[in-house]
Amino acid sequence: MRYLPLTPENRADMLATIGVAGIDDLFCDVPEAARLAGPVDLPKHAGEMAVERHMSRLALQNHAAGEGPCFLGAGAYRHHVPASVDYLIQRGEFLTAYTPYQPEIAQGTLQVLFEFQTQVALLTGMEVANASMYDGATSCAEAVMMAARVTRREKALLSGNLHPHYAETTATLCRMTDHPLAITAPRPVGADIEALAAAVDDTVGCVVVQYPDVFGHIADLSPLAEACHAAGALMVVVCTEMVSLGALKPPGAMGADIVVGEGQSIGNALNFGGPYLGLFATRQKLVRQMPGRVCGETVDADGRRGYVLTLSTREQHIRREKATSNICTNSGLCALAFSIHMSLLGEAGLQRLAAWNHATAVQTAERLANVSGVEVLNPAFFNEFAVRLAKPAADVVDALAEQGILAGVPASRLYPGEPDLANVLLVAATETVEPTDIDALAHALTKELAA
Amino acid sequence: MANERYTEDHEWVRISGDIATCGISDYAQEQLGDVVYVELPEIGRIVSAKDEIAVVESVKAASDIYAPVSGEVVAINDAVEEDPETVNRDALGKGWLFKIKLTDAGEADELMDEASYEDFVQGLDE
Amino acid sequence: MSAMNTQGRPTRPDAVVSADSAPATFSGNRALHLEEKLIFEKDSAGRSGVDLPEPPPVANRLGGLARGEAVGLPGLSEPQVVRHYTRLSQKNYAIDAGLFPLGSCTMKHNPRLNERMARLPGFADLHPMQPESTIQGALQVMQQLSHWIMTLTGMPAVALSPGAGAHGELTGMAAIRAALEARGEAGKRRKVLVPDSAHGTNPATAAALGFQVSGIAEDDTGRVDLKAFEASLGDDVAAIMLTNPNTCGVFEYDIRRIADALHEAGGYFYCDGANFNAIVGRVRPGDLGIDAMHLNLHKTFSTPHGGGGPGSGPVVYSEALAPFAPVPRIQKNADGSLSLVEQAAGDAAQAFGRVKGFHGQMGMFVRALTYMLSHGSDGLRQVAEDAVLNANYLKARLKGEFSLPYGDTGPCMHEVLFDDTFLKGTGVSTLDFAKAMIDEGFHPMTMYFPLVVHGAMLIEPTETETKAALDEFADSLLGLAKAAKSGDTDRFTQAPRFSPRRRLDETQAARKPVLRWQAG
Repeated sequence: MRYLPLTPENRADMLATIGVAGIDDLFCDVPEAARLAGPVDLPKHAGEMAVERHMSRLALQNHAAGEGPCFLGAGAYRHHVPASVDYLIQRGEFLTAYTPYQPEIAQGTLQVLFEFQTQVALLTGMEVANASMYDGATSCAEAVMMAARVTRREKALLSGNLHPHYAETTATLCRMTDHPLAITAPRPVGADIEALAAAVDDTVGCVVVQYPDVFGHIADLSPLAEACHAAGALMVVVCTEMVSLGALKPPGAMGADIVVGEGQSIGNALNFGGPYLGLFATRQKLVRQMPGRVCGETVDADGRRGYVLTLSTREQHIRREKATSNICTNSGLCALAFSIHMSLLGEAGLQRLAAWNHATAVQTAERLANVSGVEVLNPAFFNEFAVRLAKPAADVVDALAEQGILAGVPASRLYPGEPDLANVLLVAATETVEPTDIDALAHALTKELAA
Repeated sequence: MANERYTEDHEWVRISGDIATCGISDYAQEQLGDVVYVELPEIGRIVSAKDEIAVVESVKAASDIYAPVSGEVVAINDAVEEDPETVNRDALGKGWLFKIKLTDAGEADELMDEASYEDFVQGLDE
Repeated sequence: MSAMNTQGRPTRPDAVVSADSAPATFSGNRALHLEEKLIFEKDSAGRSGVDLPEPPPVANRLGGLARGEAVGLPGLSEPQVVRHYTRLSQKNYAIDAGLFPLGSCTMKHNPRLNERMARLPGFADLHPMQPESTIQGALQVMQQLSHWIMTLTGMPAVALSPGAGAHGELTGMAAIRAALEARGEAGKRRKVLVPDSAHGTNPATAAALGFQVSGIAEDDTGRVDLKAFEASLGDDVAAIMLTNPNTCGVFEYDIRRIADALHEAGGYFYCDGANFNAIVGRVRPGDLGIDAMHLNLHKTFSTPHGGGGPGSGPVVYSEALAPFAPVPRIQKNADGSLSLVEQAAGDAAQAFGRVKGFHGQMGMFVRALTYMLSHGSDGLRQVAEDAVLNANYLKARLKGEFSLPYGDTGPCMHEVLFDDTFLKGTGVSTLDFAKAMIDEGFHPMTMYFPLVVHGAMLIEPTETETKAALDEFADSLLGLAKAAKSGDTDRFTQAPRFSPRRRLDETQAARKPVLRWQAG
């Protein structure tokens, strides 16, 4: 077995040093009835070539997004990731390090986290950010819990245009903790800022709104922030496509108190939904209620600048049942990938990437608007928009998949209980979409909707 | 000096009229080490003795502070929130944490006096 | 005030004098110790490490919300960026570089085949919302991983979606809460029993779900005190959260009795499976009376720790809890194809909900399945045996100079726990000892955990270390123990001397938090 270095001679020597006759003696505390006599009923060990063959065959049974036109979004976006990102995150010093609990020999990871926190704060327009969470949906649920602690009001109000996976993840935690939750009806034809502003009152701890929302709508959140703050509630802004903030006014500039997001679209592959990167940013004065690890600057014994994990008394390993969250792990390696990609892009690169995304999406929308049986629903959007088709979107998506075109995400998959949304399709177009892809989608849709 | 009374949880209380000034003992600040953060109660809060009322944190520990007596919180020490090290420097003086308007003036009499507390602490260290 | 944890306090840096008398270099670098500025402080002249042509001209549809001000990012070329991260990486200790004996964390070798498989375009370039006809291979990975997990644990159901161990705990305990609700007992059964030696995530998880946490002391062998446990049982108890093998590194030999008594009293048994690597292939949790348990794929099944994550924490369930498992689930159709069940409806009507976006940590599933296939049933059993053998070997080598908190009462499992009794009167603390290990070229063991042991040192070598590496490690530790006892205190209190940074001022970091770089 190539990963196990002990030889039979080593094992015999070591058992002798320990002073036992055999390995079974070391498992003597296991109740006899629970001791397995031999290996369980699964295949025996296999060489690298055999395993590679097995896994590759499984991989080949999938249609990789890059094999053809891909217009999928809804919280996960296909962007080009520079080669150096994947090279750097595979350096063993990053890949095989642990959480930086011994800062003297983890300055690499710690400085990366400090830079990452800065990048997230800058991008969202917030004062501080943590060192990351599991994903956008869990960040959203944690933001709602944090808002309840800050305002001492347990009720949360969620936008119906919040990604349903985020809403469901939040609802699970709220139900378990008896926190009341209200959610507005989904509105595919435009942002639901006004409905939210009308519904916030002095029982609400926070309002959660997505920007751009799950249908791709963008709206000025400042009036909602004013309504929230007048009622004593926090405004939580969710962003599932961070590239958009290279082109759009950041939530921090519109009065957000907490910004959470999904960082996958910068530096990270699609990976069929995970591992992804939960982002969490807030205002400095709320930092002690923030969940998750956070890295801070300090000096060492020789007076040199260095970094440590700090404000740990908020966390489970010290505060136990009184912690701000039970979270332990972050998404360190995904945060590293995000940070490297951001560093490579830089100010000019990020702006241009965002501009490319918007331009590609505008071209796609303009083209689809000319297809009979397609109605573009968005007045404004970044790189994703909603269309209403003359037929159920799920059927159209399945039919186009047969032709190797990933046409988008049918809203019915996210909102199965909303018959009004059955014909709505979410279409995303990033910089990876080529003019020929747009042609292919328009042609296939034309044909399918005419049939 | 020396009119402080102490709890077994290392809070001290000093009574003046119906106002009890409260903090943590010198022994407690020494055990905690460098205090980095203090979270104080809201003014106006009604507390019973032994309620969790504040938190004093060092780098590696967060200790809940219990109300030594019952009553209404009428003042908090903003200065220790700004500069938590004050608790280390002067736990019984400038490092006070909050003041409680007593419900029962006699309640503090049941707490330890300085000599008993010293004996109590000595017992802990053995 | 509540009990004060006085352990592990960082030494004040001002008590530490300069390490060496060598003259300062003009660059600030010291040979391979290269100083590295923040990315924001580098020579930045509007460059980019990414070339994109001018985008096609279109009429802007941003609805008047265009970002007016710069984000504030530096502009660097690719060589600058590659050098920045390469230099930062060199300031990290890692398993690839040496023995990483962090107890309870299972820092084993991470096979690179796992990485290659996870990067196959058929897995890495797969969108989570693709139509089912295009993702059958991915669903098969999830199905096969589920089969391996259920067979190894002897449990009938698994939820793959949790993002990490603590998230798995939440997912397991949420099913327990849902089951109690279905029984109409959620209001009555609010108490969760958690041994004092537990990982901090256990009480935090119970509290996050609205349960009240009730501690249980350990007995004089480091195991759950049965009398205390039985005395705390009642119709208010929802569950116990027990780690097995536990955090003292020993197997809870009364586990069946604990399970039976708990079930008798109407509670559920949550097992923290963080230490499953000690028993994989030799013991099935399903034979121990467990109702729910998470596995850390990043521990037992070698997916990389990545400097703090991402993890993956699938949860297995007993028959009693299986109906309440969250969505998504995988379902086999009549034609043999696989489907994702994404809503709590139909057969999944009792599912307690969703815990995460999409379907879980697919990239980790691929790595873990690759690891399982490589080892096979025989290799995984060998993993547990060698992990336990290595820990007991270190225990045998070290116990003469180190102190065992519960005496030498029997074998340990995959990790060995010492306390600081052997350092008494030396002026050296567990923290100092750990920092001296850094100078010796090792990552320190887990220190000050579990909390029930004074000055705890928890050592987990894992199965991927050679005997020679263990001997070198043991020799070094024995040398340190003797040095501490012989009064060579400076070696410890001044340590580490040779690392990229010496002890850091955590007090300053916490008092005046600086959590980001600021311009100017």
